[in-house]
Amino acid sequence: MTDSAHPKTLEAPAHPGGWQGFAADWSSDQRAFKSATWGKAMIWIFLLSDTFIFSCFLLSYMTVRMSTTVPWPNTGEVFVLTIGGTKYPLLLIAIMTFILISSSGTMAMAVNFGYRHDRVKAAVLMLVTAAFGATFVGTQAFEWTTLIREGVRPWGNPWGAAQFGATFFLITGFHGTHVTIGVIFLLIIARKVWRGDFDTGRRGFFTSRKGRYEIVETMGLYWHFVDLVWVFIFALFYLW
Amino acid sequence: MAQERAHEEGQQHPIKLYLVVWGWLFVLSTCSYLVDYFGLEGYLRWSLILLFMVVKAGLIVAIFMHMAWERLALMYAILVPPGAVLLFVAIMAFESDYTHFTRVTFFGMGNASAQNQAVEYQKSSGSER
Repeated sequence: MTDSAHPKTLEAPAHPGGWQGFAADWSSDQRAFKSATWGKAMIWIFLLSDTFIFSCFLLSYMTVRMSTTVPWPNTGEVFVLTIGGTKYPLLLIAIMTFILISSSGTMAMAVNFGYRHDRVKAAVLMLVTAAFGATFVGTQAFEWTTLIREGVRPWGNPWGAAQFGATFFLITGFHGTHVTIGVIFLLIIARKVWRGDFDTGRRGFFTSRKGRYEIVETMGLYWHFVDLVWVFIFALFYLW
Repeated sequence: MAQERAHEEGQQHPIKLYLVVWGWLFVLSTCSYLVDYFGLEGYLRWSLILLFMVVKAGLIVAIFMHMAWERLALMYAILVPPGAVLLFVAIMAFESDYTHFTRVTFFGMGNASAQNQAVEYQKSSGSER
């Protein structure tokens, strides 16, 4: 009671954990996210909204696939990689999966080195992540080209239900756009890290504010989310 | 100031943890690829695909995205709302089942047999559930 009169108590308030902490954080009439900065809270809320967008896409895919009376094309026969005359079903998709997972691994380590202020390692790892991401988009462009040559269109395809093309181009296209945007931002932030902007306190050209190494984690959260979405697309669209 | 510094340090975990998770993601992806490779069908295929998918998603969110070390207030704010999507899935599964039924009935058959078809459908779906 006497404590509350002293502003000193503002220093290092002890936050309870577990359910008690959950209730206390949300009812405290202050900021709800004690351990997360506004930047982290905002990127998470953005990712939540993006989750709903991809959920709606996958949901509409489920709806059209369940309701069509025409058989759904067999993805094992549609997505085939031919090497030297031998056909490998879904091999290209598996390679794309491994590329994206690897990029997530390098990104996680970049975040780690960013917080250690090891700017060279963080920047190099981000560039490696961007390279993996660009490779992914490249393989996707190859996949799209192959399918379009075989006659897949948003309104029809040679193998079965017409909705196959529409959902395929929508879902993988939207995901590929996310990867592309991620690669662009990775390059921008890797440049800032490499130059030491977050050590020298150089102001951003757009915000005119000093950045912090936290931006690497924010970038990482977006990138892992892109990988996360691919996990669902891989399972529900390609393997189902 | 002390808090500012704490934020600046951010999440610190040994690199080995990330490498282990990376390895597991590779193993799990290979497993889901093998489900198709060995041509597993039906409920076994679907449950295995979903299992590997959920474990992979959990690893990415918990470790790579550091959700495991956040406070419950953030965890629930982000992880509970997508639960509503599951309800949406249930609604749309029900809806598309009905759409499929009307299509089978009115596209495939003439109007005369549509009535019989409807009765048949209700019998069969009744016994399934």
